[in-house]
Amino acid sequence: MKRRIVLAATLLPAAPVLAQLKTGDNPEGSERWQKVRASLFAGRDIAGDGDAVARLEVPNRAEDAALMPLAIRAQFPQTPERHIRKVWLIIDNNPSPLSSVFSYTLASGQADIATRVRIDEYTFVRAISETQDGKLHASTRFVKAAGGCSAPPGRDAAAAAASLGRMRLSVIGTAKAQQPLQAQLMVSHPNDSGFVMDQVSRQHTPPHFVRRIDVRYAGELVLSADVDFSISENPNLRFYFTPQKDGELRVQVVDSKELKFEDKLVLRVGD
Amino acid sequence: MRVWLLVGLLCAPAQALTLQQIAPDTWLAQGEHAAWAEHPQAAHVANASVVAGRDCLAVIDTGGSVAVGRTLRQAMAPISRLPVCWLINTHAHPDHMMGNAAFAGAGPQGRDPEVIGHARLPAALAARGPHYERAARRDLDPVHHGAAPAPPLRTVADTDRVDLGGRVLTLRAWPTAHTDHDLTVHDEPNGLLWTGDLLFADHLPVLDGNLLGWLKAMDALRGMNARLLIPGHGTPQAAGQVLARQQRYLEQLRDVVRASLRKGQSLQEVLANPPSMDLQGWQLTPVFHRRNLSAAFAELEWEPSGDTR
Repeated sequence: MKRRIVLAATLLPAAPVLAQLKTGDNPEGSERWQKVRASLFAGRDIAGDGDAVARLEVPNRAEDAALMPLAIRAQFPQTPERHIRKVWLIIDNNPSPLSSVFSYTLASGQADIATRVRIDEYTFVRAISETQDGKLHASTRFVKAAGGCSAPPGRDAAAAAASLGRMRLSVIGTAKAQQPLQAQLMVSHPNDSGFVMDQVSRQHTPPHFVRRIDVRYAGELVLSADVDFSISENPNLRFYFTPQKDGELRVQVVDSKELKFEDKLVLRVGD
Repeated sequence: MRVWLLVGLLCAPAQALTLQQIAPDTWLAQGEHAAWAEHPQAAHVANASVVAGRDCLAVIDTGGSVAVGRTLRQAMAPISRLPVCWLINTHAHPDHMMGNAAFAGAGPQGRDPEVIGHARLPAALAARGPHYERAARRDLDPVHHGAAPAPPLRTVADTDRVDLGGRVLTLRAWPTAHTDHDLTVHDEPNGLLWTGDLLFADHLPVLDGNLLGWLKAMDALRGMNARLLIPGHGTPQAAGQVLARQQRYLEQLRDVVRASLRKGQSLQEVLANPPSMDLQGWQLTPVFHRRNLSAAFAELEWEPSGDTR
């Protein structure tokens, strides 16, 4: 519910005029962050030890603001005693600061995610992780980049519409029982923010983006992601899961128009 | 005092802008090799040209700020009194068109020149214009701040012509290559071809469209048999070497990215440890090479051979 409130508050078409940040000297001084924090984590402590829990990896300067690689890497495997339940990805100065919420299970094996995001302004980027004990941990970086959220889709609209929802699901390496295995999901989707205004009609193109991704292996949930248009065009996710035995890796993607796309991969697990 | 201050402000970028004649009735204000807004004075970085016929001038790209456009207009005054009937924008990148507004009233009878661009230029400008304005405010000297230009009223979906009076320029809209809205200007009788950023000389090519499409466009550029190519960045020169060099860079870029994809590498890995390539002789590689790797990766990962399964 809180997520909805944040989205509604920040989706106003006229993005508020931001003081333009040039440096990353004061992460707590960000007004946007204070608002997001109050809305998502009211009254909860957030430790600054995220680099030892779920470490955020970003370049200092995004080569391409519409396509910045980003990874959040767990610093320990998922065990009943110690694991990561959830990671919030927050990009302070994007039109919708809460970019994604990734939920993990023990079957995730390793609570990592690698994806690509759009960056609208020079901004702090934060990975706030929640561990099994309910504690929150922040890993924060400052990124120089501008212009990602309203970057036009790269291809012509007709071609993009024709390939909408095409998916590629693959595993990287060989499946071995009880060992986390990396998988990659590619979804052909414009992931349109709706911020591009038609100069003639003065209308914004309607937003159309992937909003939810669920991944199961052998029927068991390994990753759920609530995402929005700050994920780059053609969303790409790399994540882990631990196959116990032969099974099917199934992905379900739902977009903001409630279109559903599915893909699956049958896996044989070696010894 | 006030007058001096005004002149000082207007002339601040003028030191870097000179019009050199590159062919009869044809002048070039060559840009410096820098990324637009990379430093506070980096506004005149793309080439801007002036072409004269009997009745009219056409300006091909207008510089990276209204101030640059204004200095260009001032530099044109001693050369010709003809009206600027057309501003031709080769694409929407800010270093090529932020100067448009400086030519208000420079057209026939004090009207505004007609702005011409690719049919997809208005969409690109709508999406990016506000960011270009903000980037200018953040990174450039105040003299270079200003609004993004209005979209062109005349657009080219295939080919078009403008007649300057005894001198016809042929405009050609290209399929996605450097960007998705590249426009070239061809003065066929005189063998002059303005490539826009379909061609870079010395300045590393920048990919913001489609790599395989750009390689196809290179073949087509070669087939146009122009005597002198005026690149978007760098010195005008005969075809041949300059095309071959760019072709080699783009082909290498394609090949190293395909090889990385075959190995199952992620975009993050490729950018953190760029595959080895011959970058010798290119300027601005620290600013643009990794960006090119990123764009090529996002394009080529959808090729059938890019499947990591």
